[in-house]
Amino acid sequence: MLDRDQVHKVALLARLELTPQEEEQFATQLSNILDYFEQLSELDVAEVPPTARAIDVSNVVRADELIPDLAREKILENAPDRVDDFFKVPKIMHE
Amino acid sequence: MTTVAPVKTQYEAIIGLETHCQLSTQTKIFSSSSAEFGAPPNTNIDPICMGLPGVLPVLNQKVLEYAVKAGLALNCEIARYSKFDRKQYFYPDLPKNYQISQYDLPIAEHGWLEIELVDKQGNATRKRIGITRLHMEEDAGKLVHGGSDRLSGSTYSLVDYNRAGVPLVEIVSEPDMRSGQEAAEYAQELRRVMRYLGVSDGNMQEGSLRCDVNISVRPVGQKEFGTKVEIKNMNSFSAIQRAIEYEIERQIQAIEAGEKIIQETRLWEEGAQRTISMRVKEGSSDYRYFPEPDLGPIEVSTEQLEQWQLELPELPHQKRQRYEQDFGLSPYDARVLTDDRNMAAYFEAAIATQANPKQAANWLMGDISGYLNNEKLSITEIALKPETLAELIGLIENSTISSKIAKDILPELLTQGGSARELVERKGLIQISDTGALEAIIDQVIADNPKELEQYRNGKTKLLGFFVGQVMKQSGGRADPKQTNQLLAKKLNP
Repeated sequence: MLDRDQVHKVALLARLELTPQEEEQFATQLSNILDYFEQLSELDVAEVPPTARAIDVSNVVRADELIPDLAREKILENAPDRVDDFFKVPKIMHE
Repeated sequence: MTTVAPVKTQYEAIIGLETHCQLSTQTKIFSSSSAEFGAPPNTNIDPICMGLPGVLPVLNQKVLEYAVKAGLALNCEIARYSKFDRKQYFYPDLPKNYQISQYDLPIAEHGWLEIELVDKQGNATRKRIGITRLHMEEDAGKLVHGGSDRLSGSTYSLVDYNRAGVPLVEIVSEPDMRSGQEAAEYAQELRRVMRYLGVSDGNMQEGSLRCDVNISVRPVGQKEFGTKVEIKNMNSFSAIQRAIEYEIERQIQAIEAGEKIIQETRLWEEGAQRTISMRVKEGSSDYRYFPEPDLGPIEVSTEQLEQWQLELPELPHQKRQRYEQDFGLSPYDARVLTDDRNMAAYFEAAIATQANPKQAANWLMGDISGYLNNEKLSITEIALKPETLAELIGLIENSTISSKIAKDILPELLTQGGSARELVERKGLIQISDTGALEAIIDQVIADNPKELEQYRNGKTKLLGFFVGQVMKQSGGRADPKQTNQLLAKKLNP
């Protein structure tokens, strides 16, 4: 069971602002999701080596060849805010 | 004795470095945009480095090769199975809100780097600094604060993502260093190794080499470490040394005053020559690493590893030892000549064409380095070929020219190139060693200076120098100095 403090911490790390009602609501919902995944622990995996992925592929690499991207202007246009060729973001540090 | 004077507590510093080193690939670590420095803002961006939805990063194979070679050169064990992870944090220099890095399975671990410190007397001491790990990761973008680099006063920030996705290796040392000098030397040696390997240009001004320092102090003899502080923002080797020296002093004073050292990050202020606290909100960083689902694991085969091992060049410390042992150079000379790989290659090419090693070292470290510094040139940009330097040294050794003449013609050889012997012959600068010819000049000089001759014979023997100088002047600097001295001594003291 996830408590309100844990939800608060997760929200802080994700930079989300939650109302007390939302924290309460998400505590229940997130707990339900975690409980659902908890079913996996019924399996005995003591003999199975841990893996980070389900498919057996390794060493996918590409050559160090320059292919300039043409989407630059589109990427800049998509920014919430820009100044000339810079992305503009809110001030990130307070004195 | 019954009373003991209070002994001042001696402290020692415990220092470790985390070094970020930009790899000199053409393209980014996971996308095919240019990784060059200094392009106009946001020219080298693409959907992958910007983290747009639906993109798939693919590892640049040069990044893997360079990271493994760096790991091998640092005597690390190379992981046979390695992977990438996501490190989550929010900061606008990171377009994806996570950085692709390596967490629990770095590409290289458990190595060491030997550093050499030469004292004022020229004695060298060596020390091994442990390398905890080396891993691959992507660089972040660059923030420009409200049109200036100053943090205060701006209401917004501007971001340039050219650097986002530029390949880095992060190299973490063991806390094996005890002084600012050791740490600065470690950083320099690390840069030499990277440059020798050709995997990074190590340019600190452009941010290709960035060092963060972890430092704590403790009373000598105490087992436990003190509270460690991280210092950042040093952009030269001397700044690393000075920042550490400042920080050691600050921590000792705080402890002596009964204050508690706070675990924090501090910034080195170059202007004020001090470190200042960088207040960071507590609990806001919790990186929540997890395996990067978009990138497959990396398995380095034995054949591949052996191939890369074979491609490693002779490394700086190996060169230094060889120069000392094979050529009889001092630790200081060996160090200066091997600092730059091109300089070392030049030196070796001169030796290969029979130049006397000590003479070649002297010319390279003296007149030639002086010229390079004045003209802001590198050794690869001069017209003087290594074999011509060998030729020039040979001309001095077989008394064809004096070293004075050699110094005189050096500038022309440096800028015009060509054969030293031909230049000497064309300019008529061959040394006069013929006894008859020298005697004629000497007789003339003595005849022209009767007053000085009398003074000399009355005991003012210091005037020998005057006569040598006159002979040199009369001969256009071509008189063989050794013979001139002998003959003059004979003639002046009949």
